Amino acid sequence: MYFKSIVKPPKGYNSRVFDSCGIAAYMNADGRMESGEKIVKMITTMLDRENGLGAGFALYGIFPDRKDFFCFQMLLDNADARDRVSAYLSKYCKIIDEEPIRINPKANVKPPHPLLWRFFLSPLEGKKQELDEYEYMMKIIMFINAEIEGAFCMSSGKNMGVFKGNGWSRDVAQFYCIEEIKSYFFMAHSRFPTNTPGWWGGAHPFNIFGLSIVHNGEITSYGSNKRFVEMFGYRCTLMTDSEVVTYIMDLLTRKHQLPLQVACMAAAPLYHHVIETFEGERREFWRAIRETYRPAMINGPFSICVGFNDKTPTLMGLTDRKKLRPLIAARSKNNKTFYLSSEECAIRILGEEIGEVWAPLAGNPVIIEKQKGLVWKGEKNPLEDRKLEIVV
Amino acid sequence: MEVKHKIAPRFKIKIDRELCRHCKRCTVNCSFGALIYNGSQIVADPALCVACQRCAIMCPQDAISILPGEINYAPHPTFNDRQRRIIFEQSSTGGVLLTGMGNDLEYMSIFDDLLLDACQVTNPSIDPLREPVETKTYIGRKPDKISVTEENNRFVLKKETYPHVVLSTPITVGHMSLGSLSYPAMLAILRACKEMEIMAGTGEGGLHPDFYQYGKYINSEVASGRFGVEPKYLKNVAALEIKIGQGAKPGHGGHLPGEKVDKLIAETRMIPVGTDALSPYPHHDIYSIEDLQQLIGALKEASRYKVPVGVKIAAVHNSAPIASGIVRAGADFVTLDGFRGGTGASPRVIRDHAGIPVEMAVASVDQRLREEGIRNQASIFAGGGIRYSADILKIIALGADAVMLGQSVMIAMGCRVCQQCHRGLCPWGIATQEPQLVSRMDADVATQRLVNLFTAWTEEIKEILGAMGIDSIESLVGNRDRLRYIGSNPHIAEILDVKHVGE
Repeated sequence: MYFKSIVKPPKGYNSRVFDSCGIAAYMNADGRMESGEKIVKMITTMLDRENGLGAGFALYGIFPDRKDFFCFQMLLDNADARDRVSAYLSKYCKIIDEEPIRINPKANVKPPHPLLWRFFLSPLEGKKQELDEYEYMMKIIMFINAEIEGAFCMSSGKNMGVFKGNGWSRDVAQFYCIEEIKSYFFMAHSRFPTNTPGWWGGAHPFNIFGLSIVHNGEITSYGSNKRFVEMFGYRCTLMTDSEVVTYIMDLLTRKHQLPLQVACMAAAPLYHHVIETFEGERREFWRAIRETYRPAMINGPFSICVGFNDKTPTLMGLTDRKKLRPLIAARSKNNKTFYLSSEECAIRILGEEIGEVWAPLAGNPVIIEKQKGLVWKGEKNPLEDRKLEIVV
Repeated sequence: MEVKHKIAPRFKIKIDRELCRHCKRCTVNCSFGALIYNGSQIVADPALCVACQRCAIMCPQDAISILPGEINYAPHPTFNDRQRRIIFEQSSTGGVLLTGMGNDLEYMSIFDDLLLDACQVTNPSIDPLREPVETKTYIGRKPDKISVTEENNRFVLKKETYPHVVLSTPITVGHMSLGSLSYPAMLAILRACKEMEIMAGTGEGGLHPDFYQYGKYINSEVASGRFGVEPKYLKNVAALEIKIGQGAKPGHGGHLPGEKVDKLIAETRMIPVGTDALSPYPHHDIYSIEDLQQLIGALKEASRYKVPVGVKIAAVHNSAPIASGIVRAGADFVTLDGFRGGTGASPRVIRDHAGIPVEMAVASVDQRLREEGIRNQASIFAGGGIRYSADILKIIALGADAVMLGQSVMIAMGCRVCQQCHRGLCPWGIATQEPQLVSRMDADVATQRLVNLFTAWTEEIKEILGAMGIDSIESLVGNRDRLRYIGSNPHIAEILDVKHVGE
């Protein structure tokens, strides 16, 4: 198979890519910055979960001096593609700064390498009109990914970046010098795709603004989910499950402003027959979610880690409601760092610092917030001790 | 003036004289008068035979078989036997040919050109006998979103509420009226729907007082004749449906011949005994979409906003923009009835030649509603030519929320598809009001057969969902990714937005 672009599928390409992967993430809830050695150690330990066809990292808090601007990290076929993007962006945004993304060309990542470039942007006030700045920027991202030849925006959040490419996780980490970047909140992914055109854009994490997702699984409801998110202006350009999961989480948490726990209830809901055993408001609450968010339900096996930083920086882990993919959680002995991973080995490799390790329930999230630490452990039924109020 | 041609019979009745014991049961059972006893033996008039199989099945000796008629016209590809027969019949009578059941022409089936997906390796399939696979379906408008705010360990949920119907499985019975159907047939359908927790349409027949108790499982139809529409018919039911058109006869109204209007039907429909119950072609208060909006509003008012109000249209060339208009006019569900849909009585020319397949209509309507961002405002029912559970899965994957069944329901109750529903002589007691024929129908048996059918299909739906790795029917709705097209016309695949096999 020969494809002209190495960063994304050509227009009209419509063969979906299936993955099976390793995921790992951790957050220093106290905000302590450290270099990325630990995340690299975690992801590279799970060597059996990858086959050298893609890996990636998301690092938060890495541009403290430019934290108020959208950072578009671009995968580009060549300088022409960069100029096309630059020309397009300058029509709609103020380009605050731009620079090449630091890479180590000696790393063992097979060429050709795309041109890697980042822009720091703020929306042009005159053009933005009534749109919220995120909605405005979303249209720009969707246009670049769908329409500009040879260009793909791999992350677009503030004070964060995604670094991904084709290769083994060890090599991609070296390529982007992950071990030298300082952050307090890391996510990583290694990939075992079962259908493999090698677009760099197709590696994980997937991102939109502050939301990044690493995903292990195959979504059997892809067609329903895709048609649902398209109703809200998203354009699925990469033909992978993970992209649509990203957009669903963005839709629920940012556009519909649902608390994270409720968004998880919509994505991996309880069974109807369980819901019907509840009473009163608890049952009504669940019914409302299931009725309203039917097409947002993610079906099929998955485990995901999701990072957010548009409001409170948060790390969330979730599996499908049958838990057909693994997810394990842990906290450090000093209760300041929290970890998620596909396999326990990726946590144990960190040695002495690890305290409690637990397996969250199927379809039940683990939620970690900066400052607060662990806010939901994923071991109890959601809504169990919540006070609920329903306003019609 | 009638000038009859002598037309060769379509069927031949063969009676095995050695087996026949002259019990005359066949002569009593044949409601079309094709068999009589002449004092010494049973004689057949094949010209009257419709191949309903009643005599053959009721014969205690299995002495009767119905064979194709021997028509020895010279072969001709353009004027085949069917065409010649139509011309002979019409030049004999000068009349419009009537018929019953669905389209009997051999149009290609798009369902048969679609294949379902299944999981292998990368994705575990699910065994529905071991793990839950959900078929529960909500019908009605869904809110665009819900709003939940978090205040000190308290979730405050704000939602718009719309009336909905909950179905245990995405199967409903379409609109067949008391009148077109006999009382026990209607009773069997309603009882089966109650047992299955699904819904049945009333057709344009009003609601007999005996059936008020099934209100929770009834979808009352408001059609152009407004027969039987009264407060009780609009309240205390699960849903209301305005019938604009029907797949078997798009653009036509209803035809219930006076022969079928006995006292029971007359009371339920609120018309005199023996009069033809003809519903006008259009609703004479709906000449445009704005008028439809008024009727939807009026019905919502009349039912105090407690039940969803839907609109049924025949699948026609411009279904997509029409459906979009219907949803914007406030309908909570849209029913699309394909050109293979059945009928109690319809001009043959329109049954056989008007409308489009429901597969195409569902695909284009679902797509259009999504493009306009209003798909959540209405559910989509699909009907007209759905034969078994595979068709149900395929039409849901194309974008329908649930299906409505008519012909398969009648077959389950014993119909042999002789297509004579319009004559009121149904020998199986299903589509007739003749007391002697109606008494042949055992409502208890028919109820159980329907429950069996719906249960079997629901199990098959779960089996296929499980094989696809999907544990809830809502994840199949519009999931065209799980279909492949194996037909010979790529343009159809394009319109359906389904990839070709191998892609």
